[in-house]
This record gives sequence, C-alpha cells and structure tokens, in this order.
Amino acid sequence: MENVNVKINGREYSVPAGSTILDAARVAGVEIPTLCYLKEINEIGACRLCLVEVKGARGLMAACVTPVTEGMEVFTNTEKVQKMRKTNLELVLSTHERKCLSCIRSRDCELQKLCRDYGVEDEEHFKGKVNHMPKDESTAFLVRDNDKCILCRRCVGACKNMQGIGAISALDRGFDTHIGSAFEMPLGATSCVGCGQCVVACPVGALYEKDDTAPIWAALNDPTKHVAICTAPSVRATIGECFGYEPGTDVEGKMVAAIKRLGFDGVYDMNVTADLTIVEEAHEFMERFTKGENLPLITSCSPGWIKYCEHYFPEFTDNLSSCKSPQQMFGAMYKTYYAQKHGLDPADIVFVSAIPCTAKKFEVRRPGQCAAGEGIYDVDYAITTRELARMIEKAGVNFRALPEEAFDQPFATRSGAGEIFGATGGVMEAALRTAANAILGENLEKVELSDVRGTDPIKYATYKLGEHTVNVAVASGTKNAGELLNKIKAGEVKVDFIEIMACPGGCVNGGGQPVQSAAVKATVDLKAKRAAVLYNSDANNEIRCSHDNPAVKKLYENFLGEPGSHKAHEVLHTYYIKRGL
Amino acid sequence: MKKKMTTVTFAGTPEQELKLDAAIEKYGKDEGAIMRILQDAQEIYGYLPIEVQRMISIKTGVPLAEIYGVATFYSQFSLNPKGKVAISVCLGTACYVKGAGPVMEKICELLGVQPGETSADGKFSVDATRCLGACGLAPVITINEDVYGKLQPKDVAAVLAKY
Repeated sequence: MENVNVKINGREYSVPAGSTILDAARVAGVEIPTLCYLKEINEIGACRLCLVEVKGARGLMAACVTPVTEGMEVFTNTEKVQKMRKTNLELVLSTHERKCLSCIRSRDCELQKLCRDYGVEDEEHFKGKVNHMPKDESTAFLVRDNDKCILCRRCVGACKNMQGIGAISALDRGFDTHIGSAFEMPLGATSCVGCGQCVVACPVGALYEKDDTAPIWAALNDPTKHVAICTAPSVRATIGECFGYEPGTDVEGKMVAAIKRLGFDGVYDMNVTADLTIVEEAHEFMERFTKGENLPLITSCSPGWIKYCEHYFPEFTDNLSSCKSPQQMFGAMYKTYYAQKHGLDPADIVFVSAIPCTAKKFEVRRPGQCAAGEGIYDVDYAITTRELARMIEKAGVNFRALPEEAFDQPFATRSGAGEIFGATGGVMEAALRTAANAILGENLEKVELSDVRGTDPIKYATYKLGEHTVNVAVASGTKNAGELLNKIKAGEVKVDFIEIMACPGGCVNGGGQPVQSAAVKATVDLKAKRAAVLYNSDANNEIRCSHDNPAVKKLYENFLGEPGSHKAHEVLHTYYIKRGL
Repeated sequence: MKKKMTTVTFAGTPEQELKLDAAIEKYGKDEGAIMRILQDAQEIYGYLPIEVQRMISIKTGVPLAEIYGVATFYSQFSLNPKGKVAISVCLGTACYVKGAGPVMEKICELLGVQPGETSADGKFSVDATRCLGACGLAPVITINEDVYGKLQPKDVAAVLAKY
C-alpha cells in the first residue's frame, strides 16, 4: 500500500495511506485516548476523547475517524487538546454513577484510567439531573447497569456489527438516550444468545457477567458438600492476563495450584471430556455420514451458537450434534460414574466449571442436562475466567509466586486434540483425527490439519480418507455462522461436517475471557496469541488423538460401554428447542 | 420524554400488510430504508406497535431493537394509536400560564392515561401540543376538530361526556 508523510508532534513519519490519525499516532508511539472507538466494531467518533489539533483545520478533529493526508501536521497533546479532553471526561462523568470502589471494572475501567490520566477528580463538576434505570438482570448470564453506561455504543457494535444479532440498540433521544432492547423488553426475552461479546466490549462497568461466585464460596465452606471444579481448555491460556502476564502465556500449572488453594475437593481438566465429546461426536458423525442422515452434522460445544441456531435457524436444530458440551459431559460423568465409584450422593456434589464463556451460565440450566436425576444439574455453576481470577484474588492467593501443580486424577490425562478445543477449528481438527481413524483403521500420518486452523471467519476444507471424501466448514462468530448457513440453505455450499463457535476466533476470544482495552485489542492479535498456547500444547503432547486418551478409554471400559451406547446416550447426549424469533 | 407504549390491541388487516410489503419493496431492505418504511407504515396503520415493527424486522432482516431505536428517536413516530377521540391540550406559554397544566391533569385523571397515551379501549388519546394560535381563549384544548377555550378543570368532565 502507498504511504503518506505526516508530522506528528513535530516529528516526521511515513504511514500507510488511509490510516486514521489514531493509527498513525501509534506509529509515532503515541496512544491517543478513546472511549467509544473499537476497531472495526464501533468507529463512530462520538465520545470526543480522541480530539487532536490538525494544522489548518478549523476545529479539533476526532482522530479515530479522520484519515491522514499527505503533509498533514497533527498535534496530539497540546494544552488546548488536554483541556478539551478533560472537559469531555467531566461531561461523561456527570451522568455516570461513580461507585468505583465496588465496581467490577475498577482497575481495568477505561474511563477510570483516563480520568486518572487527565486529573479529573471525583467532584461533580457539572451538576444536574441524572437518569436512573433499574439493572437488567433478566438473563442467566449478564447484567446491564445503565447507570454506569456512558453511551459509547461499543456493545451495540459488538452485538450487531460483529455478531450480526442486534439484540440491543440506542433507544429514545437526547438526555433519555439509553441502550436497551426493542420495546424495553428485558434482555432475557429477546433473541440475545449470551455470547458476552458486549461484556468484553464495554469500557466501563455497565455490562458484566452474572456473578455466581457467592454460592460457590458458600459450598466451599460447607463440610457436607463435595465441591469439584474443572477448567475449560482455553482458561489456562488467558487467566494469566488477570495476573499481569502477557496475552498468550500458558499458566496451566499455576492456575491449578491456585484453584487447589481455594479448597476444592477435586480440580480437573475439562480437556478430558473434550476428548470424550470427540469420541462421541466422531461416532455420531460416522453414523450420519454412512447413512447420509441429517447432514451436515454441526458441532454443539458452543452454547451461544446453540441458542443462535435455535432462534435464527431452527430448521437446522436436527443437524446439531446431540452430544452435550464438554462442560456438561464432565458434570454428567462426575455425578453418575464418579459419584457411584466413590459412594457420593450426587445431591451432595456441587460441580463447578470454569469457562471462557457467558452463555455456559445459560447452558447449565437448560432442559436435558440432568444425567444423575431430575433437579440434579450436571453442572451447578459455570464461572467465567474473570470470576475464577476474582476468587483467586479474594482468597489472597499469590498467583505469580505459586509452584506449578497438576490436575487431579482420574480427569487429568488429555490428548492434544482435547487441548485445541478452545480455538476456532480445534473441534473440527480433533473430530477429524478420530473420524479418520474410524475410516482408515489407523491414525493420520500427519494429524495437524492446517486448513481448518487460523482466525479466518469461515474456513472450508476437503479431506480424502480412503474411499471417502469429507467436506468440512468451520465458522466462528454468529454473523459468520449465519452467512455459512444461508449459503448451505441456498445450495451454494455442500459440506458434511461443520464446526461453529459463537465467538469470533472461538473460546479463546470468548465473552467470559479477561477484558482487554480497546488499545490492546487494536494492536495485539489476542485470538491468535491465545490460540497459540493451545496449539503448542497439542504439539508437545504425546497423545494426539482423543480416542487414544487412556482416561477416556477407561470411562468407556468402566461405565459407558461403546461410543453411542444406550448408556452414553443417557448420560452424554441432549436435545434442542426450536425457539424462533 | 420517553415514548409511551400502547395497551390497545393490535387490529391490523391483510390489506394493510400488503401495503406494508409494497412499501418495503419500494424502499429496499437495507438499513437506510428503515425511516421511510416506518413513515409509510405509520400512514398505513396510524401508529407503530410492536406487531408492525416486528413485521418490518422480519421482512427486512434489520434487528427489531434497531427499528425501535429509530422509532423512538424521531418524534414524528408514534407507538400509540390515535384514539377515536383525539384530545390535544395546548401547553404553549399562554395556555400554560392560564392553567393548562391542571386541565391536563384532570383529563388524564378522568381517562386513566398519561399524556401521549391512549386508553386501553382505543377510544381516547391525550397529547400535549404547542401553541394552537388561539391564545385569546387560553387555556385551549381541541377534541378531534372541536375547540374548547377558557377551560377550567371543573369543566372537563362535562366536555368529555359529549364523546
């Protein structure tokens, strides 16, 4: 691409033509402050925090939406600019509920940081009317507190532009403007899928997951309860960010050590039931593939995707794999097999999963998720990576100083296929490794399937396995999922097997993952960095295929029988609902 | 002021829906067309209840929340049907000074609605308006085409009884 010459704060730089002033300033090592800007998701120039002086321009310019031109001279930090930014911050604060001490986003709030940077005190500079709205707590997964909302519309952009859903929008006008759903419906009554991408887009504390840590603390302090936890494949790749590690740091050992210090009776690896899911799902695929029934088979691990399918593509619910997600399989196995083996009453077990996801909080209370008996949920509480980090912090555990420890048996040995579950394409790759074995009678010579890797929105691949040709597709992000399904409906694409994850990039970029600022998101490829942890782990694992995992083999030998057996169906499979819009 | 939602039961006809389809056909289905579709829809139905907005959402693929956002942004759009008896209370300066406020309160009290709302049976709607140009008669209200001037709260019941 062509470059243009610009002067930023008196120094000359050559930057790609078409860059915004915001991007160009980064080349100069200057981070211009923003609040409403979220790269490619919300570029509306509304908050006026990124104002800069441009030589020859009449007024101050919004750096996030102003492209650079040849010879442009920009001043990012003049007295005038600083004064305007401070005033704008004071105006934003004038209707913001300032309860920083108890705010969930205190310390990683973008507004709080800017107020500190610009010396905006906690005084009411602009006194006047403040609108109060009740919190929306109608969903199982998130809370909207509009008293903290600064109307940046990043959540609206994430929901509509990125995810293609649009469950929320800016409503009413002027001083009454607020973010909500159509006809002021509670979010729980809408087609919101619970992906939580609005939560990780929010710069302040107006959106956060519904906190489920209180009942877990209560259970941990109740000697009559057996409290166990498993952590999802991607949590080890991200939770370090909550403790000051660079994105893309594998902290599995320290994470396990930290959780063990919280007092759980068992700390397990969900990768084991990721492998179990693959063995069941590959079996299901082979059955459908050979019979030609209900193809394409579509993966069912992502509860946000499931809810999206039920609302927007109910005609595809029969294509969904009936396999429960790894989280639900874990709870189901724990409260049946493990409970029986150890003489535990499933009613006394509190099973917790730590997940990168907000939609999983919805999944745990879905119907068809009670293998041990009616009213005994497979998983009692699903907590996000952030909630787990808060529990560790609250317990005073010094995460960084901990030694590395290992998961507890019998749910500790995993294959590399289970490990890559947390990245887009990972479930497909894992399933194909096992399906290929079923077709060929032996493992693939090269188990790395690079065609389905990477963060492209939609990926296609064709695999020749013996006499069979298997066509697959992988989509991440519900908008891309919708695009793929529409192509299949129109007959433009014909595939046998589809993996869909609700969040762009997969679970590593889930709505329950550590929140990173807009500046970090614009400059660091979080999806790829976090996914690299999982792929490295897979590459270093001696066991590469789910069906070779001895822990999984044991579950079949001792309890389930064969993949797809009657018992497996009782414990590991579920059903879906045609919700519509 | 936030827009009031209706409690009147929707009674759209297939003919009205055909007209709506024609409007969508005319303006297209992209987001930019929503305002014009809403304008036509309001002409067709008289107002924009959730049933109409949902139809527009399904037919265009534009999310309902976004359509509702547009409908609540522009004051020309109404979520409420006009009543068969449409009452407008002038809250212009002269009427206001002469006691239009208490008149409005009395009307709302007797009909059990708030300004901007329509009674559940769809009969009465009450709106506040700006100056009607009849300041000499302040405070003034209009009911459909009829004008009532120099109204006191105690007169309201008798006036409403005529409808």
